[in-house]
Amino acid sequence: MAEEEGEKEVTLLGTWSSPFVLRVKWALRIKGVEYTYVEEDLRNKSPQLLQYNPVHKKVPVLVHRGRAIAESSVILHYIDEAWPHHPLLPHHPYEKAMARFWCKFEDDKLSPPLWRVLTTQAEEQREAHASAIESLGLLENELEGKKFFGGQTIGLVDVWFGALAYIIPIYEEITGLKLVEQRKLPRLCRWMEEFLSSPAVEGTLPPKDMLLPRYAAMREAFLAKAKRPEQQ
Amino acid sequence: MAAVKLIGSPISPFVLRTMIALSLKKVEYELLPEKLGEKSELLLKSNPVYKKIPVLIHHDRPICESAVIVEYIDQVWPESGYGAILPADAYHRALHRFWTFYVDDKLFPSLVAIGKAETEEAKAEAVEQFRAGLRLLEEAFVKLSEGKAFFGGDQVGFLDVMLGCFVVWIEAMEEVLSLELLEEATMPALHGWVVSFRAHEAVKEVMPESGKVVEFFKMIRAMRMKAAADATN
Repeated sequence: MAEEEGEKEVTLLGTWSSPFVLRVKWALRIKGVEYTYVEEDLRNKSPQLLQYNPVHKKVPVLVHRGRAIAESSVILHYIDEAWPHHPLLPHHPYEKAMARFWCKFEDDKLSPPLWRVLTTQAEEQREAHASAIESLGLLENELEGKKFFGGQTIGLVDVWFGALAYIIPIYEEITGLKLVEQRKLPRLCRWMEEFLSSPAVEGTLPPKDMLLPRYAAMREAFLAKAKRPEQQ
Repeated sequence: MAAVKLIGSPISPFVLRTMIALSLKKVEYELLPEKLGEKSELLLKSNPVYKKIPVLIHHDRPICESAVIVEYIDQVWPESGYGAILPADAYHRALHRFWTFYVDDKLFPSLVAIGKAETEEAKAEAVEQFRAGLRLLEEAFVKLSEGKAFFGGDQVGFLDVMLGCFVVWIEAMEEVLSLELLEEATMPALHGWVVSFRAHEAVKEVMPESGKVVEFFKMIRAMRMKAAADATN
């Protein structure tokens, strides 16, 4: 069946450093979907970005057959449904619900304390660190008997958590705080290695020598802001 | 023993979402309300991570988070009652999920901010933010409904459920705070949608009485003001 020109066109608007964009790239790779990538400059947003995501004006945005989809979670679900082979989500309703729950968990209980580990110090950082470790412990439990969160193959939850595999070591290096220790979280440690070396992920990561200074600069900026008196 | 249990009560808009979904599917369930200020053993055991309602318990397995629960209900009982809640095609599903995310991430917090505002200035700002969000949803409604009664078209759909749960709270806050939030003049389509939504049999069956929500809102407002006053003494 001949497809019309433009019918199979997939475009991804993104930025090189965004872990949210990476999630979408990994999903497209797993599905074997070819796409055009457009690098956006968020300080100078393109008319295309403003047209395709007028509500949030953010990346990632996926454009398929001329129709734009925004929000990485929405995009991942769309990709899974539009290209049903190599499913990202389990078919069973309960398993599917659990996968979605873990994604929400990452947003609510893991990302925020990790961010505070990076951007705070002293007591605030210690509390954030403890909170992050507690959440990571739950992930460790979830990996029991499994190679990936999705089972034997990478699934939605792996893609959702995936950026942690390269971001956590960077945070550890910048802050000097250990988050995933081999002896305490061995399954999570192994998951990080398996995920980073998998075919879907290999070669997609932003270069560490560009990311590390970027995150270090964010830490400096937040610490400096915290020292300044409140402007009324 | 009921195969389907739901922890929570419809005063919570997030619990109401799941009750509307169950009502649309005509699924029987046991409702287990929590006592205000106390969390039951069952809740703590079923949702140890968040300790929040709603929690759906199906065949003794708990499912948490209202959006996850509604999608679960839709998948487990696909053809029951009024039929599918999520749209059939992937793109429309994406639109319903996108706007649901917007409702939870931006619209609902601005509604909460109106209720919590301590100065007239803060309240005015929160109100304007909320109205701006509703105006976006007005546009989305015109696009998604294609001239029909609901975001889901002829049928109540996902976004109808995920937004509609707030209708009774919006009305309660309008009454208690003497405000117009869902302005008929600037949001005529949404205004019409509210009427259709409220009139739907499955929604009527579970929608809490306006009076009860007004009383509840007044009560938590009074509690908050008292706590604030106590804190400054």
